Amino acid sequence: MQINSEKPIETIQYKSEVKNLSFYYGGFNALKNIDMVLHDKRITALIGPSGCGKSTFLRCFNRMHDLYPGNRYEGEIILHPDDVNILASNVDPIEVRMRISMVFQKPNPFPKSIYENVAYGLRVRGIKQRAILDEKVEAALRNSALWDEVKDRLHHLAFNLSGGQQQRLCIARALATDPEILLFDEPTSALDPIATASIEELITDLKNKVTILIVTHNMQQAARVSDYTAYMYLGELIEFNVTDTIFIKPKNKQTEDYITGRFG
Amino acid sequence: MKSVNNLEEIRKIIGLHKKWDLIFMITGIVALMIAVLTFMALFAHMLIDGMPRLSWEFFTSFPSRRPESAGILSAWVGTTLVMLVTAFAAVPLGIGSGVYLEEYAPKNLLTEIIEINVTNLAGVPSIIYGLLALGLFVYQLGFGQSILAAGLALALLILPVVIVATREAIRSIPVSIREGAYALGATKWQTVSDHLLPYSSAGILTGIIIGLARAIGETAPIITIGALTFIAFLPPSPVKSEFPYLSIEWLTAPFTVMPIQMFNWVSRPEEAFQLNAAAAGLVLVVMTLAMNGLAIYLRYRMRKNIKW
Repeated sequence: MQINSEKPIETIQYKSEVKNLSFYYGGFNALKNIDMVLHDKRITALIGPSGCGKSTFLRCFNRMHDLYPGNRYEGEIILHPDDVNILASNVDPIEVRMRISMVFQKPNPFPKSIYENVAYGLRVRGIKQRAILDEKVEAALRNSALWDEVKDRLHHLAFNLSGGQQQRLCIARALATDPEILLFDEPTSALDPIATASIEELITDLKNKVTILIVTHNMQQAARVSDYTAYMYLGELIEFNVTDTIFIKPKNKQTEDYITGRFG
Repeated sequence: MKSVNNLEEIRKIIGLHKKWDLIFMITGIVALMIAVLTFMALFAHMLIDGMPRLSWEFFTSFPSRRPESAGILSAWVGTTLVMLVTAFAAVPLGIGSGVYLEEYAPKNLLTEIIEINVTNLAGVPSIIYGLLALGLFVYQLGFGQSILAAGLALALLILPVVIVATREAIRSIPVSIREGAYALGATKWQTVSDHLLPYSSAGILTGIIIGLARAIGETAPIITIGALTFIAFLPPSPVKSEFPYLSIEWLTAPFTVMPIQMFNWVSRPEEAFQLNAAAAGLVLVVMTLAMNGLAIYLRYRMRKNIKW
């Protein structure tokens, strides 16, 4: 695996560095010795065939695997600028999740109002003042391009929104707490093409504000939105590079086969 | 070779298969009718016998040696108070246990043994709970043959129902909702109190009411702990006119409940008391049906805003 070597980048521009990461579901070795970086305020896409470990890898970043027994991490994910290894056993997974937000595959709004959905992350952090909540909720909804559509019905149930709107609501919910990294796990796989386009546009707009790691099953999506792309296969990181390079002249034969549709 | 698409033959085969559909449907209807008609007949019989006895006086009179002036005042007051104690004890214990088993308990052998035991407890004969309550509450803890002891005995009886209902209700919440809460940095308790409990409250409430509806008709454990069969006074009122206005004296009062009152009347030789028993039975059945109806209504109301 090769890290982009064309233009050497200072550590400071990395938001996160993955060092020799392995992950086990019980006895099953799902991720094998992964080394990678996340560039600050850039979009990195993870692609690869089903079961290659891309979602497993993504869920390491917010310690989601800690929710289930028998899971084990090896190696490090260093989060900059404070250089903390978020996988360390003395780091509380809740603290990690407060810094790194996640948007799931299927829109999963809570059965609460639109407002309460966005405000929940703030409430978890103990914020009670109405003025601050109002302001943050509005900002998050504006940033997720949903404000104009819902500003008159903030206290209606989130379930009444369309699928695409629900997913943008989930993005607003993840943004409201000003995360350092935003994780997307195939965020458009349950949406129609129009909703998908609006989510992709939104993700592109967000890149100046936050570092993004996105898992996608759709190679065109990776090509459209991401700055860097990692190709994974069977738990290994096969190739990681600038997106254009991956899609135009991949160095690895396996990557090329996958990209060109000969496999996968 | 014979053509596969012989329409005549295909139609014959389909006709034969459909006959079996018909036979099964008739068998099913007959089986269903046996259950429904039996209950209807029982209920109708009780209705015809008991209806004429139902009057305001029947609810406001104590039992009496004269069947025409006997009523169920002490019985329905006793049943209400016992149910109150049962609900107050079983609800927090049941929900707490259910939440713990579902969300907090480590998945190991000990937890599994506890889980199997809880499920099995639902099948233990109710008189066993009566014996337990007699030994533990009545004698060991010194509650006496009181409303408190009876309420706690019935609480033990319906605890498994509440625990299982709580667990099922929590388990029916999609993983994505739970993960969504955790992903925002919620602790276990925040996830439970802000999401899992509110979203599962319809299911939990249904379980509680169905448990109470079962407890309301229980006779064996109540007799075992020694409820009186003839009682012509009410427990002390829970509300007092002087400070501190609330009293818990009623907890330790002797009592009777509806099924015991019925049992008492049924065992009398006089025909008129049989009619009283039918009337009391009518009241009890209506109370149970009303509770089940309430459970269905609440489930409908509370699930309206939840779609998954």
